[in-house]
Amino acid sequence: MRHLLRTPAGLTGTALVALMVVLAIAGPPIWGAEAERIDSAAILRGASAAHPLGTDNLGRDILARVLVAGRLSLTLALLATLVGAVAGIALGALPSVLPRRAARLVTGTVNALVAFPGLLLAMFTAVVAGLGARGAVLGIGAAIAPGFARLTQTLAASVAEADYVSAARMLGVSRWRIMTGHVLPNIAEPLILNLTQALGGALLGLAGMSFLGLGVQPPSFDWGRLLFDGFARIYATPAVALGPAVAVALAGVGFNLLGDALARAASRTAAPAGRAVPPVAAAPGEPGGSGEPGPGAVLEVRDLTVAFPGGVTPVRGLSLTVAPGEIVGLVGESGSGKSLTASAIGGLVPYPGEVSAARLRLCGTDLGELPERERRKLLGTSLAMVFQDPMASLNPALRIGGQLAEVAIVHQGASRAEAGTRAVDRLGHVHIPEPGRRARQHPHELSGGMRQRAVIAMGLMGTPRLIIADEPTTALDVTVQRQILRLLREVTGETGAATLFISHDIAVVAELCHRVVVMYAGRVIEELPVGKLASGAAHPYTRALVASLPDMDTDRSLPLASIPGHQPPPAEVGAGCAFAARCGLANDRCAAERPPLTPYGTAHRVACWEAS
Amino acid sequence: MIIENLTVRFGAFTAVDDVTLEVPPGAIVGLVGESGSGKSTLARAVAGLVPYTGEITGGDPRRIQMVFQDPYASLDPRMTVGASVAEGLRVPRAARRAEAERLLSLVSLPVSLAGRYPRELSGGQRQRVAIARALGAEPELLVADEITSALDVSVQGAVLNLVRSLRAELGLSMLFISHNLAVVRYVSDVVAVMHRGRLVEVGATEEVVGAPKDDYTRSLLRAVPRLGRA
Repeated sequence: MRHLLRTPAGLTGTALVALMVVLAIAGPPIWGAEAERIDSAAILRGASAAHPLGTDNLGRDILARVLVAGRLSLTLALLATLVGAVAGIALGALPSVLPRRAARLVTGTVNALVAFPGLLLAMFTAVVAGLGARGAVLGIGAAIAPGFARLTQTLAASVAEADYVSAARMLGVSRWRIMTGHVLPNIAEPLILNLTQALGGALLGLAGMSFLGLGVQPPSFDWGRLLFDGFARIYATPAVALGPAVAVALAGVGFNLLGDALARAASRTAAPAGRAVPPVAAAPGEPGGSGEPGPGAVLEVRDLTVAFPGGVTPVRGLSLTVAPGEIVGLVGESGSGKSLTASAIGGLVPYPGEVSAARLRLCGTDLGELPERERRKLLGTSLAMVFQDPMASLNPALRIGGQLAEVAIVHQGASRAEAGTRAVDRLGHVHIPEPGRRARQHPHELSGGMRQRAVIAMGLMGTPRLIIADEPTTALDVTVQRQILRLLREVTGETGAATLFISHDIAVVAELCHRVVVMYAGRVIEELPVGKLASGAAHPYTRALVASLPDMDTDRSLPLASIPGHQPPPAEVGAGCAFAARCGLANDRCAAERPPLTPYGTAHRVACWEAS
Repeated sequence: MIIENLTVRFGAFTAVDDVTLEVPPGAIVGLVGESGSGKSTLARAVAGLVPYTGEITGGDPRRIQMVFQDPYASLDPRMTVGASVAEGLRVPRAARRAEAERLLSLVSLPVSLAGRYPRELSGGQRQRVAIARALGAEPELLVADEITSALDVSVQGAVLNLVRSLRAELGLSMLFISHNLAVVRYVSDVVAVMHRGRLVEVGATEEVVGAPKDDYTRSLLRAVPRLGRA
């Protein structure tokens, strides 16, 4: 509702509709007598102080008549919309309930009706049903129905594909029950929104019908009828026709604006709304901080925080370093903040997210201190990103080779021919067979594994210093996954780049990485060499993760370990250890005080009071 | 229940090619394969959601239920958990509530969840609700299609434990489909390997995993990432 009143269009629509409703209720009692009062002394007058819009052929005040006609106009529009909506929704829902043949017949009928001009359909129906208000309402209803039928059909078809409808079918629930119990409730929202807009259309349509003499007949009058009566005099006394015209226009605009605003408010995604916060540049790095990484680290992140308006902080004070030639695995469950960490490093956090860090250094250059242009250039040439869905990085409309070449043209100033040659060379380098032919193909002609290789090749067009791979094999089959992991290892070794490999799958991380960083609720809770992962982890969460993962050697006679409860969402992380509520070792201190990440043997750090 | 010579064609494309597979009573048969191997199509055909040629014998094909991969799409968002579970029950109206609650406890969910909507539940909880709903129809065969692949590791373990305990307690027969060999190995008595619409190997779990006969099975096994190998 607040969204509705925030935009000028929503505000105007709401105000106009409210005005119309008040007019419909209060109009007739107030001005009813005035509208009917015949004054033979003031016939066919123009605008004057006594009659601002003039009088009609019986000397009745036209302003009063316009104000009184609101009720009939709106009531008829409402009726017509209801007739149209009920008929349309029924017609649209029928195909889902009827047997196949009959369903096809109904669908065909609706298709034919949609193709038929609405007003023609309305006039035809009105003439058949008889002149007068009833005919006009039925006519406009008939004109609205096909649109509703089509909308219902489309929406119902999308819901009918849903797994929960399949489940209901398997349970033997009748088609009728599926329609009323599952389909209609789930499509009600857009249908109701459409009603508001249809109401505006019906109002205009009815006015049009009355204006053509097909609608309301005297002595009754609606806006269209008043327009019809006044139209003959429009050149002599324009006010008599303009009054009802303005009323119709205002009401039509009002309902359409309101419907639009309602639809927009409903389609608004669940993303937390909030005021725009300009991204805060990372603070300059303080020299000689504690926990200094080895010299020459490619990536150095200190106290990285990603926050969204409304107190949602998915990444909290994360520190991380990656050395040249090193593959670091960032592991965590969904919601742990691992992907946002990658986005923050690549400068890709979506609006309105706010990134801050005590230090964010790539190849020794502080990204926060660089001007936008240079930062982009640095990221463009030294960072390669590989995502879960390779299609997110490839333009489906362009050839593979051209997309790769563009990197070299934009960032390295290479000529088109040079860049093209290099693209083919790079494609061959990531073991794509027949690179020359593949370079001329479009992304959809390649398999998932091939596309992922092409994305990696794109990263190799420059000389990447850092490779960030965010769940790059999650969508791939195991055999293909194995090849991609091998390729990543090869590329890291060859280029000496630092690789940050993000995954929810500890087994994959264990196969590929040198060092593992475990995240929970936005923080690093353990950092350990990969060799210690299987049996030397210190944090209860890491240990539980390892134990809950079945692998090819798991004892099948024992139940798997599982962790009770769930990870707290980013808005609800408390002061203590975020894992305390699910931890078997937790005590009062864990709940109250957050354990810092402290050294625990060589190259091993853990954030746990109870780790010993 | 025996699936005999089951074939599914989409136009000229044969998604499932003449598959014969027995699911012995009270056993879990694991079906592994890569994407496009036809394993999910086989699941949907067995559940009666896709037309097929062939036969399903040794049981009532109408008493087959299925649990889907995506716990966010398999429950009606406008229905309470209790209503979803009660929908397929074949008990008198008065006994429905008690039966729905019994089913929820069967899948280790608190009875208080019955009044909640799916959006208030975690992924693992929703998957349990979907299982409870399927159990309500007293299936002779439960088809589980990648039921843990959308879940986090820590939740997956609990759902796999549930699957195993249901078999032990109810003698439930199950066709358990997954691309994850380690998961299939853990829950299944028999493993069937599917490749390009055909079954390439079927056998007792330890045999298939320990001494695979088919080349494709071997390459699949080699590719499984292992924690201990690092």
